[in-house]
Amino acid sequence: MRHFLTILGHEVRMLLVSPSTYIAAVTFLAFMGFIFAGILAEYSTTPQENSPAVAFFELFWVPVIFIVPLLTMKSISEERRLGTLETLLTTPISTGEVVMGKYGAAYLLYLSLWASTGGLFYILHRFTQDSFLLDLGPLIGGYLFIVVSGLLFVAIGIFASSLSRNQAVAGIFGVVMLFGLIIGTQLLSGLATVNLESFAAIKSGLEYLRVFQHLDDFSRGIVDTRQLLFYVSGACLTLVLSVLGLEAKLIHS
Amino acid sequence: MSESPSAIAVSNLVKNYAGVTAVSNISFNVAKGEILGFLGPNGAGKSTTMRILTGFLPATSGEVLICGHSVATETAAVKRVIGYMPENNPLPEDMRVSEYLYYRGRLKEMTRRQLGPRIDELLELCDLKRVRHRIIGKLSKGFRQRIGIAEAILAEPPVIIMDEPTIGLDPHQILIVRDLISRLRGRMTVIISSHILPEIEMTCDRVLIINQGRVVAAGEPAALKRELLGRARYEVEIVAESADVAGLIASIDPSLEITSETMPDAEGFRTIELSTDEESDFSEDLLRSFASDDRFRLRGLTRAQPTLEDVFLAATKRSWDVVDRPVLKPKP
Repeated sequence: MRHFLTILGHEVRMLLVSPSTYIAAVTFLAFMGFIFAGILAEYSTTPQENSPAVAFFELFWVPVIFIVPLLTMKSISEERRLGTLETLLTTPISTGEVVMGKYGAAYLLYLSLWASTGGLFYILHRFTQDSFLLDLGPLIGGYLFIVVSGLLFVAIGIFASSLSRNQAVAGIFGVVMLFGLIIGTQLLSGLATVNLESFAAIKSGLEYLRVFQHLDDFSRGIVDTRQLLFYVSGACLTLVLSVLGLEAKLIHS
Repeated sequence: MSESPSAIAVSNLVKNYAGVTAVSNISFNVAKGEILGFLGPNGAGKSTTMRILTGFLPATSGEVLICGHSVATETAAVKRVIGYMPENNPLPEDMRVSEYLYYRGRLKEMTRRQLGPRIDELLELCDLKRVRHRIIGKLSKGFRQRIGIAEAILAEPPVIIMDEPTIGLDPHQILIVRDLISRLRGRMTVIISSHILPEIEMTCDRVLIINQGRVVAAGEPAALKRELLGRARYEVEIVAESADVAGLIASIDPSLEITSETMPDAEGFRTIELSTDEESDFSEDLLRSFASDDRFRLRGLTRAQPTLEDVFLAATKRSWDVVDRPVLKPKP
């Protein structure tokens, strides 16, 4: 635990002094700003049913797929490429603590990036004073979804980073895995084939995995423990796999 | 913790990498407070052995005990008693020197209170004071190397393992590092590997030469020289006929013989190399005989000192010919 805090502190500091963090943050905020402005333009021309927060979080996957790998791809592969993993692992710390420290730092950064989008809603609230535009329910639900789902998404990024010593490869791995999880499940459940009776088991499994379904529920204020369990257990499993990936590379290095 | 007389005990260590044997059946002991030099050509298995000692790599078979702890089963305990500087000395590029040492100290379970004075002391010791606030990635090789050394001895571990600590240093810095390592003698057990042989010869109490994953020679540098290069050599610069020289040296001692001679230079001088199996010194006899004889014009006489380099070449060459020869024991 003591080592975890040491590594976490170190990693957070390294993220904060690294220019790539700021590039990622600026890109992220610019992108979210454009989306937000686009949504508002839409709302100003035609009346809508949902509050803007719902439409805003509908697009969560775009930044997730690109920002999460950007934040995490460096974490373990860079250590391995530079060889500093060797000095790190010859101190009295375990691979688990290394992975958790890096995961914790990336997750905190991910959360703080999302927290900064709260500014967009604050500006909207400040200038419109319209309670419809700032419906607290979907807003809190949306952020809750980001907090919970981020556990798994960031873990996937760390896992991808543990697989390769090349940052770019790790980044692409991360994008592919996140794409598969978020968009792949959505596309698969949309296929006509899964409606066949023989695929009933697969269909129910896919329903359970569909990230967009989770987002819908959260936005409507339904916090389902099954979904919480999915993200928490998924994150744990992915982190265990990262530790194993790290150790396997050492044994076969 | 079981008390064992030696700080490091390695027995029958074997490491295979995907079918290639990097280390095959190495055994050695290092006593507490001893400085052991690790020599060997590239790819001999030096780094692999060191990595196994630190617990970073698992061994295929064999046992390693560090301060009585088994590396295979008590890895955590072993990591608390070693300071390790890997080959090529990897350092994070984007940290400041004092920051890095502080972070490493925290990882090595030192308290904040201990760390402050210790870091100041190390910066002084390794001549890093001027660069303490500089970014590591922008420092020259010599500085980086000394940061690695400072980091290895930071927590004052009983066992220090350094893989080529003096590589890339200028002679002045090598002197500092040599001083630094000598200062650890008696307090800490040190293993260093190096290609710079005079370096090892000067700092180490004992030398271990390995080649192709096997120990080919072990012992004190002086004993090794006697063991592997028993013959004393003399170089004579002289104007003379070979036959006359042969006759003269035979009269001094029958074991003396000419091993090589060069062509005469512009003034007619040649360098003739003599060798003998005898331990006693013939320099004075040779000098007197050559000088008093009118047939010769003598310009110089040297008794050649074998260097560790010769030992290294002899030991690694021999094992090339005979792969499975038994480990040499130094003569008492």
